[in-house]
Amino acid sequence: MKQLRCPLNGVRPVSEFAYAGEVRDMPDPDACTDPQWADYVFNRSGVPGVKREWWCHIASGYWFIAERDTARDAVIDTYPVEKLREVHRA
Amino acid sequence: MFRRHERLRDSYDVVIIGGGGHGLAAAYYLARDHGVRNIAVIEKGYIGGGNTGRNTTIIRSNYLTPEGVQFYDESVRLWQDLSADFDLNLFYSTRGHFTLAHTDASMRTMRWRAEVNKHYGVKSEVVDAAYVKNALPMIDIECGGHAPVLGALYHAPGAIARHDAVAWGYGRGADQRGVEIHQETEVTGIDVEAGRIKGVRTTRGYISTSKVLCAVAGFTPRLLEMVGLRSPIYIHPLQAMVSEPIKPWLDPIIVSGSLHVYVSQTARGELVMGSTLDPYEVHQTRSTLDFTETLSAHMLDLFPFLSEVKIVRQWAGLADMTPDFAPIMGTTPIEGFYLDAGWGTWGFKATPVCGKTMSHTVATGRNHPLIAGFGLDRFARFELTGEKGAASVGH
Ligand SMILES: Cc1cc2nc3c(=O)[nH]c(=O)nc-3n(C[C@H](O)[C@H](O)[C@H](O)COP(=O)(O)OP(=O)(O)OC[C@H]3O[C@@H](n4cnc5c(N)ncnc54)[C@H](O)[C@@H]3O)c2cc1C
Repeated sequence: MKQLRCPLNGVRPVSEFAYAGEVRDMPDPDACTDPQWADYVFNRSGVPGVKREWWCHIASGYWFIAERDTARDAVIDTYPVEKLREVHRA
Repeated sequence: MFRRHERLRDSYDVVIIGGGGHGLAAAYYLARDHGVRNIAVIEKGYIGGGNTGRNTTIIRSNYLTPEGVQFYDESVRLWQDLSADFDLNLFYSTRGHFTLAHTDASMRTMRWRAEVNKHYGVKSEVVDAAYVKNALPMIDIECGGHAPVLGALYHAPGAIARHDAVAWGYGRGADQRGVEIHQETEVTGIDVEAGRIKGVRTTRGYISTSKVLCAVAGFTPRLLEMVGLRSPIYIHPLQAMVSEPIKPWLDPIIVSGSLHVYVSQTARGELVMGSTLDPYEVHQTRSTLDFTETLSAHMLDLFPFLSEVKIVRQWAGLADMTPDFAPIMGTTPIEGFYLDAGWGTWGFKATPVCGKTMSHTVATGRNHPLIAGFGLDRFARFELTGEKGAASVGH
């Protein structure tokens, strides 16, 4: 993958983007236990697979979501954050 | 160099997963120092074919945390007589190691590291730009004017060694003491019953055992998934490259955190160069042009006279990164499952001391005192061992 399709700016070189890790659900900090909170803060799914990730187009400061197969380094889809909320509600 | 074993036995006292330097060193010291010889080392490829054979072999102990400094210092001590121990030349070459500082902030970190290092008896001192220029006449100390070198942390014991030979030395030594090394054999599952290790499934059959040491670097999350443990380890590729051989001009090892460069010159004259991690998670060892371009540009900031020198090879390994840049070692919540992981971009230098401390831990079931700061449980206690200031680029 040398290029990435930004939902706002179209196809751009991957060097214009910053990766910010997998999308994860934050537990309610007031309701969860200390171990649950530590699990959220530190633990990651380090195994290869299709992951939903935060990416930012640096020049325009635009955040969006990419679905990417980390085993093949192949981008399956990119879409605006709003769509993630829809996916979450569904 | 080794015996070849036609078949796996039904059971072993200890199964070591991963025939990199770490797994083989643990097997060697288990057999030599603890009298445990009924061991199988299971390696899915060939020994040393993982990060051990892909790394840029920088050995040093000028870390930042007391836990790190003492641990790596013991490793540097163990390296000294390994060639004699193995009767195999590891081409261990003490060069001295400069970590260049281009900003006030990095000068501060250098002073901090020098003080911690000296406190634990590690040779380490802050030097000024004139000292660096004198030791390294070929450097452009101004870096073209945009990132002048202000000074450096100088670490006299800094060294390089022949990586393959380390795997062969430990492997042969273990083999001679009765350890079975099974190459081209992949672990596909680990059986846990009532919180205890029962056995290991492999592509060549089932093994029952009560002790497993997992030393698989970039594959650690996949093995942890087999036993149902979670960890903070995440995987990014780390690349390196080598130039054509040129006349010897670079004796010490040079690291610049600000420019994301480290470089040494081998006995054959090649420049071995590396940089930071690839910017996102990938489980593939492909190379990129981005890496070669960026690293070459930064190399030329420091050494403009290299502009005509050709790059002849580049490659990558899978680095098992942790949030605090310290490893994850020792016992785990599963009885009989021991972990030697989270070695990211910095674990080659630790090969001997990992073998020593993990063999003790596996033999006795209790963590060696030197690895007390590296347990998997430190994250749940929010007690990190913050080594980033000394490990992020420098390896
Ligand atoms: C480009 C690069 C440069 C580096 N530079 C330095 C440096 O200058 N100094 C330094 O100290 N460190 C450096 N490192 C880090 C260092 O290489 C590693 O931390 C160290 O070599 C790890 O050794 P290991 O034995 O734990 O892992 P490895 O050598 O990776 O061995 C793990 C083995 O496990 C095997 N395996 C995995 N899964 C399975 C399975 N399911 N079944 C059976 N076998 C399996 C693999 O095939 C592999 O051979 C660098 C790393 C890279 C990639």
